[in-house]
Amino acid sequence: MSLSPVVINFAYIIAAILFIFGLKMLGSPATARRGNVLSSLGMLIAIVVTLFSQAILSFEYIIIFAVIGAVIGALAARLVAMTSMPEMVALFNGSGGAASLLVGWAALYDQFLPGMGDPSAFVLVTIALSILIGGVTASGSLIAYGKLAEVMTSGAIVFSGQRIVNSLILLGIIGSTVMFVMDPQIGSTWFWILLGLALVLGVMAVIPIGGADMPVVISLLNSYSGLAACAAGFAIGNNILIVAGSLVGAAGLILTNIMCKAMNRSLANVLFSGFGAVKTASAVEGEVKPIVVDDAYLILEAASSVVFVPGYGMAVAQAQHVVRELGELLEKNGAEVSYAIHPVAGRMPGHMNVLLAEANVPYDQLVEMDDINPRLPNTDVAIVIGANDVVNPAAREDENSPIYGMPIINVDKARTVFVLKRSMASGFSGVDNPLFFGENTRMLFGDAKQSISGLVAEFKG
Amino acid sequence: MEAVFLSFILMLAIFLGFELISKVPATLHTPLMSGANAISGITIVGALLSAGAQHDAMATWLGGAAVMFASINVVGGYLVTDRMLAMFRKKDGGGAA
Repeated sequence: MSLSPVVINFAYIIAAILFIFGLKMLGSPATARRGNVLSSLGMLIAIVVTLFSQAILSFEYIIIFAVIGAVIGALAARLVAMTSMPEMVALFNGSGGAASLLVGWAALYDQFLPGMGDPSAFVLVTIALSILIGGVTASGSLIAYGKLAEVMTSGAIVFSGQRIVNSLILLGIIGSTVMFVMDPQIGSTWFWILLGLALVLGVMAVIPIGGADMPVVISLLNSYSGLAACAAGFAIGNNILIVAGSLVGAAGLILTNIMCKAMNRSLANVLFSGFGAVKTASAVEGEVKPIVVDDAYLILEAASSVVFVPGYGMAVAQAQHVVRELGELLEKNGAEVSYAIHPVAGRMPGHMNVLLAEANVPYDQLVEMDDINPRLPNTDVAIVIGANDVVNPAAREDENSPIYGMPIINVDKARTVFVLKRSMASGFSGVDNPLFFGENTRMLFGDAKQSISGLVAEFKG
Repeated sequence: MEAVFLSFILMLAIFLGFELISKVPATLHTPLMSGANAISGITIVGALLSAGAQHDAMATWLGGAAVMFASINVVGGYLVTDRMLAMFRKKDGGGAA
């Protein structure tokens, strides 16, 4: 049995509607889970009707490959620890990009079937685009994975002449695309050059990006994976790929934009400049005031409002569960507890929210930056857990600081600030933090998880 | 003409995407991203068509590999999004709605 193209295209319209509603519902916590189910239903419809298309002659290959992929995907999704979510998302992104690259590549062969006539320049350009965007997404995501999983250094990798090399790669890509479109052949040298340069470009685009800028890159790669599917859709003339791909592309761009705004930097600045290379911040002088768990407990016990400010350090220390425990004990003790989340805290958009949700913190206790800042002057204790740049007052006060202008959570305005920190090293951006020397700041040195567990024990004690 | 028609679809879908996503609370940024990522696995449709058409042995293999990568993306993406969303809960309100 096979379905006519008209029926298939109508089914694609239904799938597109389900994707649209699915995305819409993902925008609100109450409906998000159903939205995801709707969107997966749309995907199922699109896949099933495609399998019944007249164009598909053989199922054996397909089933084997699809089962292998589905098993890998399902296992990865089930087994991954919540703290490893950023690198998991990067890998899924990369496999989507690789798939689009391969679809574009395979589409090239369709152009040279007997009786096809000369391939049109438009289709050839879209094939080149799906190979380019798909390739950048695939290799870029792989590098992002390497950085996030710390298989390789998570810092920015910069070398002199980097811009020149990148410009040459771009020129090479444009040149080889032009040559390939003018003289299209399967296995032409220009095609291989294009494919190779696309993969190299993905690597070069991600290596200069430091750990703290990862949320921008992850959401940008997410956008690319959509655009790659979109380009593949043009290459094979398929509506649903174009619609779904561009929805994802647009969604990813918006997230990227939110991330950039949260750092007060332009996308170009994140992508092309090694961080902090331009200005040197004024050196910070002063004395840090350490505190021990016992004294911190006494202050917390008397506090009537407490705000937790988590950062990547909480993820590293896996401290989210003990943080929730301490939060509950403080509430029992009569304090008002909330969690202040900076948009770029962690390594991907919404990273802290996912971790705290895993630890069973209700999402209505998580407060966004703009809503918590007016409340901080009336907060008794702000507890900074493994966050640094997002609470650095230099962003507000020191015009010479590389992060000057970045919106921050103003914990220094709280009556008392506890900073949980391993040692006195500076944050990812390598910027000194005057917060540590503040009059009302107390440094609680040591592993965040152990310090918090200590506080929990005191409360229970 | 087909190029123009497809470009129209592209333009409208991009505007729609911007409209749909513009106001998402930060809490949902990660699930939104991974949910959208699963949708970008739609490229599986193209992969199925390339793999099943049997025009050319090379195209079939490329298509087959594409099917594998795309199904990792689709299955993994949707499941992991669901797993995350299942954890989000309101205060005193059991599991996520």
